Order: sequence, then C-alpha cells, then structure tokens
Amino acid sequence: MVSILGILTMQTTLSPESGVRPKNTLPEKNTVTLTINGSVHQLELAPWTTLLDALREYLHLTGTKKGCDHGQCGACTVLVDGKRINSCLTLAVMKQDTEILTIEGLAGENGLHPLQTAFIEHDAYQCGYCTPGQICSAVGMINEGHAKTTDDIRELMSGNICRCGAYPHIVDAIEEVMQLDSNA
Amino acid sequence: MITYVGKPVNRVDGVAKVTGKAKYAAEYKVPDLVHGWVISSEIAKGTITRIQTDEALQLPGVIQVFTHENRPDLAWFDLSYKDQDAPPGSPFRPLRDAEIKFSGQPIALVVAETLELARYAASLIRVEYEVENHETEFEAHLSRARDPKLGLASLLKPPPPKPRGNFDEAFAAAPVQVSGEYVHSAEHHNPMEMFASTVVYEKNDKLTIYDKTQGAQNSQLYVSQVFGLSFKDVRVISSYIGGAFGSGLRPQYQLFLAVLAARELRRSVRVSLTRQQMFTFGHRPVTIQDIKLGASEDGTITAIRHDAFAETSRFEDYTEIVVNWSGMLYPIPNSKLTYKLVPLDVFTPLDMRAPGGVTGVPALECAIDELAFKLGIDPVELRLKNYTDRDMDADLPYSSKELRECFRQGAERFGWANRNPQPRSTRRGHTLIGWGMATGIWDATQGPARAEAVLTVNGKLRVSSATADIGTGTYTIMTQIAADTLGMPIADVLFKLGDSDMPLAPIEGGSWTAATVGSAVKVACEELGKKLFKMARKMKNSPFARANLDDVLFADAHIRLKSDPSVAVSLREIVDQNGGHAVSETSTSTPNFLKLRKYARSAHSAAFVEVEVDEDFGTVRVTRAVTAVAGGRILNPKTARSQILGGMVWGISKALEEESVLDHQFGRFMNHSLAEYHVPVNADIQNLDVIFVDETDTIVNPLGVKGLGEIGIVAMPAAIANAVFHATGKRIRNLPITLDKLL
Repeated sequence: MVSILGILTMQTTLSPESGVRPKNTLPEKNTVTLTINGSVHQLELAPWTTLLDALREYLHLTGTKKGCDHGQCGACTVLVDGKRINSCLTLAVMKQDTEILTIEGLAGENGLHPLQTAFIEHDAYQCGYCTPGQICSAVGMINEGHAKTTDDIRELMSGNICRCGAYPHIVDAIEEVMQLDSNA
Repeated sequence: MITYVGKPVNRVDGVAKVTGKAKYAAEYKVPDLVHGWVISSEIAKGTITRIQTDEALQLPGVIQVFTHENRPDLAWFDLSYKDQDAPPGSPFRPLRDAEIKFSGQPIALVVAETLELARYAASLIRVEYEVENHETEFEAHLSRARDPKLGLASLLKPPPPKPRGNFDEAFAAAPVQVSGEYVHSAEHHNPMEMFASTVVYEKNDKLTIYDKTQGAQNSQLYVSQVFGLSFKDVRVISSYIGGAFGSGLRPQYQLFLAVLAARELRRSVRVSLTRQQMFTFGHRPVTIQDIKLGASEDGTITAIRHDAFAETSRFEDYTEIVVNWSGMLYPIPNSKLTYKLVPLDVFTPLDMRAPGGVTGVPALECAIDELAFKLGIDPVELRLKNYTDRDMDADLPYSSKELRECFRQGAERFGWANRNPQPRSTRRGHTLIGWGMATGIWDATQGPARAEAVLTVNGKLRVSSATADIGTGTYTIMTQIAADTLGMPIADVLFKLGDSDMPLAPIEGGSWTAATVGSAVKVACEELGKKLFKMARKMKNSPFARANLDDVLFADAHIRLKSDPSVAVSLREIVDQNGGHAVSETSTSTPNFLKLRKYARSAHSAAFVEVEVDEDFGTVRVTRAVTAVAGGRILNPKTARSQILGGMVWGISKALEEESVLDHQFGRFMNHSLAEYHVPVNADIQNLDVIFVDETDTIVNPLGVKGLGEIGIVAMPAAIANAVFHATGKRIRNLPITLDKLL
C-alpha cells in the first residue's frame, strides 16, 4: 500500500459542466415532436436524450442499434431528410421538423426494400446487429450519388463496422442494387 | 424430393434481421422497467475506503445505488459462481467486498427511472481508494511463470503432451535451424452488441431474463446458484445475440448486477454495458512464444521446441491450447513443448475465436515459412514434404484430412505457381508485393445435447434446443437438417433456440454446435418419425399395416412406401387422427466415444495471401486472399462461406490491426473504444475467396460436419506475416504488423 489516491470522480460519458445549470438539478422535460417513418410522435423528453435513445428507449423502435454511443461504429445510422446520420451523436430535440427514417420504415407496402432483399440473398450479415445501420447507411450512400466503383462503396461504407466481417457480401448486395458492374 | 442440406439456403432469420425485428437482450419492452448504470474501478489494485452516494440518491428518480456495503448475502462457495466455461480457480464475484482486483472492476450499480438519469447519477458518485501497487506488465514478470493449475476445464484443454524423442540432441545435430520469439498483444472480442441483461421481475419472485449469452442454460445455472434460486424460477432467453466470438461463453457481470437489483427492488431492471466497459472482462491473453525448428538439408523437419508464456488473472488459471499443434500438423520425431502462465492484476482471459489455435499455429507457420526460405524450398512443397495423416502426439490417424487438396486447390485459385521466391522481387508502383501462405487447423469436436421435435396440430414441424446463434447460422442449418430428416418443406419447419426452458444444450462455441446440436436435431426428428410411423400404421385402413420402418421414407410432408411412393399418409392426417393433439419426441444425442477415441479429428485449411506494402509509409494492405477449407460436409454453402470470410477478416484484423494497449501506470486498457481499438472497416477488406474442398468423414459425427466458426481465422495471420516477409524481406514476429514495425 503506497498512498491514498484521494477522491476520484468516476469516469462517465456525460459529466456535468459546472455553471451550465445549478448543481444536481435535473433538466426539464419538454414536448418533442418527431416524425418517424411517416408517423408523428410526441414525447416528453429532457434535452439530454439522444435521438438513438429516444428511438430505442421511448418509442421502442429498437431496430436502430447502439454499438458504441460515440459515433464510432455506425450501428445507429438512420436517415434524416434522406441523409444518413449517427443517431447517437444527435439530440432528439434537434431533429424536430425533419423526416426521420429508420429500418422499421424502410420496407414499403409492396414488401422489403431492394437492399433488404439483397442483404438476405447475399448473406450480407451474420449476427445482424450492425445490419440495420448498414442498410440505412447504404440507402444514404446511394442518395449521395458519389459511389461509382466497388472501391467507392468500400470507402463510403467504412463508417459502419461489421465485427462479423460480412464486408464482401455487404458490398455484393449494394452493388447488385446499384447495378454496378462488379468488375469495375 | 427436395432436400435442403448442402444447398445455399437463405438465413431463416434473415427477414427479422434486415427489418430490425430481431430482438437482442436490451431491446425487450417491459412495463415499469428501471435502468442500471455500472460504475467501474479507476484503479487496478487496492481497497475501496469510501463510496459517497448521497448526492446521487438525492436526485428524484434515482432509486438505489448498490455497492459491496449494501449488497445482500449471496452464495458462499466458489463452486456456486462457476459457469460451464470457468477455468480452475476462484471466480470473480462482483460487489463481494472492498477489494479491487483489476482496473474497470464493477464497484457499484446506480439504478434510476431512466437511462439518462442513471448515467448522470453515476457521475455524482465519489469513490475513495487505498491504492496498492499493481502488476500488469507481462514481460516484466515472466520470471514468475508457472504451470497452470488443473481442473475440470483441463479435460477440454489438455496440457502439452510429453516430449517425444530427444529435442536437444536432434536440434543440435540439425544442419538447418530457425528460431524466433513471437508476441501478440491482448485482444478484446468487441462484438457489435454490448453486453446487456433485461431482468423481468415476475409474479411469485420468478425471473425472466433476456441475456446476451452463448448459453442460456449457462446463465440460468449461474443465476440460480449465486442467488440460491430454483431452476424453475429462473428462465433465460437469448433469441438473438449481436456477436460474441467467445465473450458470451461466461456470464458477464451485468447479468449478476441486473439480477441483484431486480431481486432487491422487486422490479424489472435492465443493465447495459458501455463500449468502454466491454474492455473490462475477458480477453485474448497476451502471449509470448519461443519456437526452434531443426531440419535436414532435404527439408525433413527433425526437431521442434515450442514454449509459450501467457497471462492470466490472480484468481483464475485461464489456459488455451497454444503449443500442442505441431504434433498434429507435422511428423516431427523430436519435440518438446511447454506452456506456462503469469498471473497479473487483470481480469481472467477468455476464449476468443480460435482460442490458442490462432495464437500457436501462426507462430509455428511463420517458423515453417522461415525454414522454407532458409532451405530454398517452396513453402507449399515443404509442408507437403512434412505431411502427416496421423496426429503424432495422440498417435492416432485422422478421421479424414484433405489438407493436400486445400494446398492444391488454394494454390491453383491464387496462382501460387507464378511466385518468385525472392523477397522484394515484385513491385506495383511505389508498393512492394508479397505472397505468403500458411496452414490452419482446428479441432472437430462433438458434445452431448438434447432436442425436441414436435409435429404441431396444423401439421408443421417445430424443433427446439437451448443452443445459440451468434450469427453463425444455427437457426438455418438446424432448420435444414430437421426439414430433410422428416421430409418437410422448409417453410413448414420452425427451429427455436436460446431459451433455458428448451432441451439441454451446451454453451455454443469451439466450432462444435453444428455437430453437437445438429446430431441432436437429427435424432429427435428420426425418433419423431418412428413415432409418427407407428401411429400411421395403427390408423384405420392404414396402407402401412404390414410395412416396417425400413419400407418407408419421409418426403413432401408424407410417409411414403419406398416401393410405391404413391402409397402415402400425410403427416397432417396423423395429427388429425391423434385427436388433434401435437405429437412430440425429445431425444439425446451423445458422441460415440468408443468409435471416436480411435481417431484424431480436425478441420484443416490453407490460406494464400497477397499483400501490398507501401515502402515509404510501411502500410500493409491485404489485396487478395484465398482460403481453402477441408471442413467435412458443408451444410449450407452460403452461411458457411460467410463464416470463413468472417474468419479471414478476423485474421487480417489480428495480423494488421487489433491490439488492446495497457498503460501500466494505470494498469488499464487505454484504447477502449472502437475508434482506437482498430478492427477492419469495409475499405480494409479487398478480394477474399473461399474454397470448400470435398471431404467425406463417416467417423467424426453422424452428420459428417467439422464446424467452421474457427477454421477461417487460424491460417490467415501467418499467411499475411509470411507475405509481408516476401514483400519486404522483414520478418515481423510481433502482431499486429503496424507500420512502425516496418519502417
């Protein structure tokens, strides 16, 4: 035994900035209106609730996954006004007046989205946990219109980690939907 | 008749996975659920002297903070804390007392009405410690290395075999020698889904637990024993697991904490870990290996010495099979193998994809490559020259071994014949090109398991076993086996798993589930078939009145006479005649040990890799790779290919990217995030190809399968390291091969 280290404040992902609000009072909840998959939802949320937690914990739309909560893995990717974002890095209150699309809203009345079908056909997943994020990200990437080659797809899909290592099949599935020449 | 086994059937859980409907442990909607947030120790060794929780508890909505000071009395004996994968020793008990044994140790659980509040309240808790000096530096404590303690786990992980011949003499006499020290850092599994348990507090104090685990019954056993509960009051469900790679083979501490809180509060509780906390339990242990090889001028390997030193915790002796592989791969007459442990102030290491195999085999296969270079013999030729159809240490023949065919087909697909053996001989622009290859091996094992098969009232087949699908394809291959055994269309077959109420199955890992549970599913369906046939025979005016079981077959959801398939009774009819009751059968499958003990049983592979090394920056890219696998019968080429591709990606990761970096000043893994713990992203993976060579094995198990979860990773790291040598002339024996090691 060498020394008393003293008082250590435990590490957390959210630490209160002194002066931002009075110590140990909780942020007030407000009505937050979110349009998700075409439906309007009103939630009583504190400003500290991320879009990801709003989806998973308050709306039980658990298709959007939490893989790191730090914007490092892409599992929480959703589409906001057609653009892909990490919902863990976005506060729910910031996304009022937008159209949010999650994996649950991707399939239409006529069945699965072509990317969903292609992921099944190409076995572009294993455990399935990163899959909703991969598919939403691929929709966003196609919307962006920058991917012209296989290497472009690999580069532009690199914000979505698949620990099972399904990348070759993910690329195959996206190529099929984009009707890219796989030898490009 | 349509059959499904051997066909590239799409995953039966595919729609659930692509639509977000597949539910993982933290995703079940439970009324009145409260949330737990784990507080982790900042120090690696010492004693908690004080935990101040007042500030947190004063917040409206914070329900309780559980620490070692207010936890209830729990089981006393170590045995109660031992799970199916517990190594010899004394398992870690969360909140047991004030003692800190490793950095990141869970020391408190804050429970609050919302997740955000629990997280915030955790930031208000202050902990004081009396710090002791910790020892986490592996190489500094090698002198403390000792033999591992033996225990039940040693049955599955035997210590190194006894020496064969006389290594010292043979090595000294060998005209060609190579020797080297091989090192790899600790690695963490990092499945995409973080560990989580949702504990539903039911009426009469019963618990239903949604847990991230590779064994629902393993978690059930642990919870029942630790909390003194009857099995019937604890039900564990794990329908979907967001990856595990071995990390779910032992119950993790969020399960303990969630159950403790739920029982104390008599409320439903969910505890999810953070990505940072995913670095606070089991990991692949840092290992140092010394290898010496001696050979004659013609390339006959005459002597091997393989010594390994691995870390473990202070409280358990985790072991893996690191040095035993040389006797399984090469007929070396003189061998000496040792394996020792160095206990440190870290959490106990834990099986991680191909535990031991992807530690020991890559070191051996790099040494073989070095020998080939020294001898001036092609690396494939050297392996063929030292080929064996027997496991030298067990002194048994292989039940099947098509490794030669792996070499042949893999080399052909890759274009190996065009290789210029000279290092640094090939360039592409400013990059050096290297080609390397290596062999892989993994045990083909089978355990006992049970399964239930039910023909339901609407004529469908429902089969279940308490196994797991961590992305391996268990749901799909079991459905295929069941459908074929009873001749049912696959759409009418439902296979269920991941529920402790289901028939007994062991933890899912070690590439043994296809063989273990697959055999149980087959037997259960066969037994159900016999029962249905007997019932069909007793039906009024039965066309089978004089038939025996051997005279009929199951096809198109009918029992048909082999001699005249138009004579048939539909399975649906049998259920209808059964008063509308379902017909069920539960059966056990056990390996045929009498038959198996006469053979060595392994899957084999050969990997061929091309790397591109930037001469200025030292960056390495695997531009293409081919893995040829001899893995017995392939139940589903589509999911099987995914398994091998995944293993190859893991091999690239191990060779070039992955390592958990300890800061010994704090005794803590510092790169504890997915930004700093590097695993491959999509752009890191180029052109990968998989070959399954034909391999028929009538011995290994009734299905002739060998399991594919591990074999894809084993050969890759050495093939990459050997390719880097071929590209650069530099032999890097320290994984991962990061650019600093090449500059």
